[in-house]
Amino acid sequence: MSPILRKLSRDLPAMLGLGIVLFVLVIAIFGPMLAPYPEDAAASHLTRRLKPPSAAFPFGTDNLGRDIFSRVILGARGALSIALTVVSTAMLIGVPLGLIAGYRGGWVSEGIMRVTDVVLAIPQLVLALALAQLMSPSLESAMLALSLTYWPYFTRIVYAETRRLSASLFVDALRGIGAGSGRIVFLHILPNALSPVIVRATIGLGFTILVAAVLGFLGMGATPPAPDWGLAIAESRTYLPRAWWYATFPGLAILITVMGFNLLGDGLRDIVDPRIRRSR
Amino acid sequence: MIPVLSVRGLKVSIRTDEGNAEILDDIGLTLERGRILGVVGESGCGKSTLIRSIMGILPRAATVDAGEIWFEGENLLAFSEAELNDGVRSSRVGFIPQDPLLALNPVFKVGAQMLEIMRWHAPDNGLRGAARRRAHVERLVSLLKRMQVPDPETALERYPHQFSGGQRQRLLIAAALACAPGLVIADEPTTALDVTTQHQILLLLRELVAEFGISLLFVTHDFGVVAELCDDLCVIYAGQTVEAGAVQAILDAPSHPYTRALLACHPDRATTFLGIPGSVPSPLARPPGCLFAPRCIDAQALCLTGRPPQGQARSGAEVRCVKFA
Amino acid sequence: MTADPLLTLRDVSVRLGGRKGFLQRTILPVQAVKQVSLDLHSGEILSLVGESGCGKTTLGRTILGLQRESEGEILLEGRRVSGLAPEAARRARSIVQYSHQDAGAALDPWWSIGRTLEEGLKIHGVRNASERHDRVAAMLQAVGLDPTSARRYPHEFSGGQLRRLALARVLLLKPRVLILDEPTSGLDMSVQATVLNLLLELRERFSLTYLFISHDLSVVERLSDRVAIMYLGRIVELGTAKTVFGQPTHPYTRTLLAAAPRLTGRRASGPSLVRGDPPNPRLILPGCSFFDRCPIAEPACRQSTPKLQPVAGDHDVACHRAEMAGEEGQTASIGAKRRA
Repeated sequence: MSPILRKLSRDLPAMLGLGIVLFVLVIAIFGPMLAPYPEDAAASHLTRRLKPPSAAFPFGTDNLGRDIFSRVILGARGALSIALTVVSTAMLIGVPLGLIAGYRGGWVSEGIMRVTDVVLAIPQLVLALALAQLMSPSLESAMLALSLTYWPYFTRIVYAETRRLSASLFVDALRGIGAGSGRIVFLHILPNALSPVIVRATIGLGFTILVAAVLGFLGMGATPPAPDWGLAIAESRTYLPRAWWYATFPGLAILITVMGFNLLGDGLRDIVDPRIRRSR
Repeated sequence: MIPVLSVRGLKVSIRTDEGNAEILDDIGLTLERGRILGVVGESGCGKSTLIRSIMGILPRAATVDAGEIWFEGENLLAFSEAELNDGVRSSRVGFIPQDPLLALNPVFKVGAQMLEIMRWHAPDNGLRGAARRRAHVERLVSLLKRMQVPDPETALERYPHQFSGGQRQRLLIAAALACAPGLVIADEPTTALDVTTQHQILLLLRELVAEFGISLLFVTHDFGVVAELCDDLCVIYAGQTVEAGAVQAILDAPSHPYTRALLACHPDRATTFLGIPGSVPSPLARPPGCLFAPRCIDAQALCLTGRPPQGQARSGAEVRCVKFA
Repeated sequence: MTADPLLTLRDVSVRLGGRKGFLQRTILPVQAVKQVSLDLHSGEILSLVGESGCGKTTLGRTILGLQRESEGEILLEGRRVSGLAPEAARRARSIVQYSHQDAGAALDPWWSIGRTLEEGLKIHGVRNASERHDRVAAMLQAVGLDPTSARRYPHEFSGGQLRRLALARVLLLKPRVLILDEPTSGLDMSVQATVLNLLLELRERFSLTYLFISHDLSVVERLSDRVAIMYLGRIVELGTAKTVFGQPTHPYTRTLLAAAPRLTGRRASGPSLVRGDPPNPRLILPGCSFFDRCPIAEPACRQSTPKLQPVAGDHDVACHRAEMAGEEGQTASIGAKRRA
């Protein structure tokens, strides 16, 4: 693994991405300890409504007098846990389907891949909106909706990799020495197919944070008073452009986090694609 | 008469992460007009770096530390990139690659690809525009006919994958000859081919050398092909020419211990398959003495101290070994 | 060679590929191997020789059980092992093992060598971890590698070392028959020599029988006891290495021998014996498949496919004009001239 890290360390944008991701991760874990007013997750202070940024409130306060700086910090945990839950659920559905479709062939494979194509053809946001609407707006239904729309990406990738690897010589050699299908698929094909999946997952984390924010903005995701970034932007609309800080800082938080994941994912893709471990 | 190509004391190194790699240490070879020179060496001996040096397409990390490359009386190392492009590559030095499929762009018709080269490099004989292009097409068709490509007129309108491996190699030989070069460099052009196809291509190359008045530098690892095709032979080991002379003389009486050991590994010659013990010294850390000394059965104390001088063997071959100094 | 053969093929044919159209276009299968009959005797080295697309690799994979035969019978030590589903066929034929042409690509790049080598033992029911470890170490030594290689990964090895690893991997499974697919292609001459030497050594040590698939006639002549020449899925000539190289009888064999570059100093000149490229295996023409390129073909050769028939003891040829070819072979006598 060390050559991958060495290559990554030379890729400046990817390192920036990694830095951002680690930074957001630390904030998400230690949020309540880092935030100056952790109680502002739920409390309201009507006396200090809509104050501009100052030394006491670096990002200003919102319409209920809550410290936006604290709420941005506290929102990181929510954003990340949505993203992680969604992406890992999507992987749990998508990766096995891709393995089966890629290794089995025949009508099983045809069936899985056609369903995948159909789901892929529907715009993710529209499908997620429809599902979230169907299940009454809440964070859980938003996550379920996103998971149910993101798995086909993994199926596609794993399918293509599995097809390629099943035809590869080392799988042929394994069949030659009498290895069974389970051993071949789980011990050999899966680890070899995993690197593009990791790349996709990294980019997917950023993308999910964005879509979750959109759902929150549209009122289909997190519910007040949760310190959600998308929700904050939605709530700020009435007070714009006067209280510019209300929407700006949660927006920047989304922008930077998504960019971090994308930069890291792009860097990882550049490393995985030329298949350095096979270069001889 | 001056030779078509003469390389003297060529030394090329490439900067790598682990340090300076001396890929070519001391290469010397001479290709006389109208002859076929086989350059033989095992993988990692510097064959491809040698080709790249002659064609002036060394990677950016490489530097020529010493030596001269004389081509038709001019030192190529003194040429600028633009001069090489306008006056040497393709127009005066043709190249036949190892893998004909990799050398052709799969999405363009072969005719278009070959005419593109001619547009830049072929002599125009005072013709311009459409007339020049027509002349080029005519020349290509007649070349393809000579290469025994079936239906040469329609062949130009087809795509690379529509030809067999042997036919693709014929196309590339035609492309190498299209601009009427004096020197053709072939990099293992028959390695990917079947035995009977290889035989046809070798016969064709031999005829073309006489017919088109070219000189051929043929790089290979296969002594059998050299025995079939070449007039002269140059054996390379670890970036050095170790033995050079007439093919038949060297095959009959190899002089350098490396040439002898290598020929003894050939199944047609071997009595027992012993191989050559040890491995090629790393280009990052060449030993001070003879580069072959660590693997040589005749090595003496003298061999480990200084680079051996060039000497002449009874076969007439130039040999880099203390025994012939 | 009076003992029962270790492996017998009777009229084995293999159809490759082909697909019935379900949402896709129908593709006709290719007859990669056609009615091949062959005996492999214990302890011998039999070479399958031919150009690319002649079906030699397919035949090897069929014997191994990775490719299913579409017709014919395969007997292993007298037992019938044909007509089985792929996984069952592999179990029934576990005394046959195969070494790939590209030894590096045949290893999982993510697995250490030790883990890869032990895997075979695990599959074949060796439960004891320390026993597996010891056997791997011993086998690495047997193929001339350091036992510490077990900790390393495939990309850390050179071409010659990878061939050794590939041999170690299959030899751990204690095969009797080893199918070697171009075991020296792409290797340098000096490395090739050491690999060939190892192959001969291992044959003695583990009493192996080799089916040697190659297109390198120099190696084949040196190494094999018997040689089978294949052209477009059929064996066209079969005999001891000495007869096939000394008195090549089938016109294709003669073409092949004349075309192979050899060190014995024959100048490439005069008319090429062979015309054109090998034909497309998808095209099925009646009669002898070599008809189009054969220098001595006559109209009758178009009528029926020649069968592999003995022309002398231990020398079979599939040619309608074998008599005539044989005589011409005497006068042209490519092999004899080369040997001079």
